[in-house]
Amino acid sequence: MITIVNYGMGNLGSVVNMFKRIGFSTEIVEDPGLLLNATKILLPGVGSFDQAMKRINERGFLEVLNKKALVEKVPVLGICLGMQLLTRGSEEGVLPGLSWIKADTLKFPPNSGLKVPHMGWNRVFNASPSTLTSNLPDEPRFYFVHSYRVKVDNEADSILKCSYGLDFDAAVQHDNIFGTQFHPEKSHKFGMRFLENFAKI
Amino acid sequence: MLKTRIIPALLLRDDALVKTTRFDKPTYIGDPINTVRIFNELEVDELVFLDISATTDGRKPNMKVLEEIANECFMPLAYGGGLNDFQTISDIFRIGFEKVVINSACHHNPELIGQVARHFGNQAVMASVDVKRNFFGGYEVWTHSGKKNSKMKPVEWCCHLEKLGVGEILLTSIDREGTWSGFDIELTKKVSDAVNIPVIAHGGAGNIEHIIQVVHEGKASAVALGSMVVYQQKGMGVLVNFPDKSLLNKNLL
Repeated sequence: MITIVNYGMGNLGSVVNMFKRIGFSTEIVEDPGLLLNATKILLPGVGSFDQAMKRINERGFLEVLNKKALVEKVPVLGICLGMQLLTRGSEEGVLPGLSWIKADTLKFPPNSGLKVPHMGWNRVFNASPSTLTSNLPDEPRFYFVHSYRVKVDNEADSILKCSYGLDFDAAVQHDNIFGTQFHPEKSHKFGMRFLENFAKI
Repeated sequence: MLKTRIIPALLLRDDALVKTTRFDKPTYIGDPINTVRIFNELEVDELVFLDISATTDGRKPNMKVLEEIANECFMPLAYGGGLNDFQTISDIFRIGFEKVVINSACHHNPELIGQVARHFGNQAVMASVDVKRNFFGGYEVWTHSGKKNSKMKPVEWCCHLEKLGVGEILLTSIDREGTWSGFDIELTKKVSDAVNIPVIAHGGAGNIEHIIQVVHEGKASAVALGSMVVYQQKGMGVLVNFPDKSLLNKNLL
């Protein structure tokens, strides 16, 4: 069972659909109390950094999330904004992030001549090895939509890189904490394999 | 670098898939669900669905068909047609689409664009701009599935849309749509040069050279295909297909 945290940000239908397709059940929880028994947690997210952190705080998710992720060490996957929330903070906002991964969320450099948001299909490259990326289909490509990028302190925490004007961290892992900047739920067989790997941990 | 997106643009008329020529003569293609299954297997970059009779019939989107589509497709999905209010648009996102396509409402309810962009992000809002040449050869923007002339000029209109918060423009040449005669390169280039958001060229694709040309010369960020992906060839029967990916990859990013 994958427990999806609904803090009111973004599109949960697609993630649920893809897990259903690969044979894993999901539950969407809006009440922090219901997270207590979760064995695998997914943080979705489309929207702005501060709004997401504000809602996590207001709805009382922060304490239980910290306990699950840092004490119980339940596998957690953050998708898109959900990955950025794993970092210390973002240039998009002023609120602190979850700080589960030593990383910052930064703007794409201005005046690079590249359009922001970085939107569309892009190739990714393996960085540090991870169970989530060990068996991706050939020439893996994923669907991205984002205006900010994650930069890890320790390269060991970067498991996939992508290039758009500069190389950035497309997927990260530190112990039981995982994040993807792309949308696996919108990335055909590539995303399906990735989510399957997460579901099977 | 980003791949150039090649996007099947599929026309719905309530619950049937159709194809038009110059926004007229809708011809039945098939069942939308069977068709999207094929595109899913072909692993296409993205799909755009446009219900061409929702606005003119004053009808809401067919949510049942759209939900089935979202359950089948694991790629980015956009929907347009009959989107006039925030609640209906929110419902489209809730079922698993990540972009809405807005055309007529940009003209009579521009506040809606900003509202949707603030809530769901600019990248979630695609404006559809349908353009026809007038008697004197000038370009004009039409609405209501090509039935009402807004008298707006496409470049000014698209710049205005960008300011309203639109994240992407689906630029359709009514004169070329369904004709297999190639894109309107001049129109595409004019608009692409004027805005900073992606422009999806649509209308006229007949072969791979047309696609390459509108990207290289027309500066299109992405390309939408209609007839080419639902017919075998011009004047021939229905065949859901996709142009040779290795040829596209060789010529495009």
